[in-house]
Amino acid sequence: MVRVKHLILDVLKPHQPNGLAFASALAERCSNCHIKYTVVEVDEKTESIILSIAGENIRFEIIEEAINTMGASIHSIDEVEVIGSDPVA
Amino acid sequence: MRLINQFSFLSKITRSHLIARRYFIVNGFDGALAMLGLLMGFHVSNQTDLTTVINVCLGAAVALGMSGITSAYISEAAEKQQELKNLEEAMLSNLSQTAHGRAARIMPLVVAATNGLTPFIIAIIIMLPLIIAHWIPGLVENPLEIATLLAFLLIFLLGVFLGRISGHLWLWSGIKTLLVALITTLIIYLLRPL
Repeated sequence: MVRVKHLILDVLKPHQPNGLAFASALAERCSNCHIKYTVVEVDEKTESIILSIAGENIRFEIIEEAINTMGASIHSIDEVEVIGSDPVA
Repeated sequence: MRLINQFSFLSKITRSHLIARRYFIVNGFDGALAMLGLLMGFHVSNQTDLTTVINVCLGAAVALGMSGITSAYISEAAEKQQELKNLEEAMLSNLSQTAHGRAARIMPLVVAATNGLTPFIIAIIIMLPLIIAHWIPGLVENPLEIATLLAFLLIFLLGVFLGRISGHLWLWSGIKTLLVALITTLIIYLLRPL
């Protein structure tokens, strides 16, 4: 099974929830994930952020659903790091 | 616990807790002052028939509650829908199924309940001596006077709460609201010959 170890996502989100609440809500849905939230641009009602998510087995669909639930949307997946499973003998 | 966290989250993203707090004070003050006005009206007209006093005060409390609920719901729902629409335009997406959409539907109900229930509950608290005196005759001496004192006390406490929020001296804030209540009482007394 292929495991996703690291993701960098370009995300557009409303100002609320703020960075702390947003990243904490993501961390609640992705146990043992290390999440880094970086603001790159701030507009009147929205902000563009870069999310760096590292973990042993990141479930992208859960992350995407959590991001959408908070009113944000993924613009692009900028970096992916995956690890393949051992080949079956 | 999960429900409380969800509610707290929705409240924070719409900042509705600040609006609800403001409504709590504004309409709480309205409720207490309206009751004080009624009680003073009965007092200056020497009306002491408890049934009449309770019915009139209860009618005013229900009207204050209903007015608070409907007016706040109508205005808050319109406000939150407009905010959601503006955010959807900025995000270029439909947010009805997101936390923002849920908050736009739920938070006006919470704010309306705060706005309506606060004056109703405050009015009922003020009426308690009257109700007790009506149910158990002889237990409370001078129920009208005690209810009036209770109204002054609640108005003072609302001022104290306001002072704590604003970070000013709570005692001074309480005294200011108490002064408003005393001026109201004085005006009612002065208008008595009319």
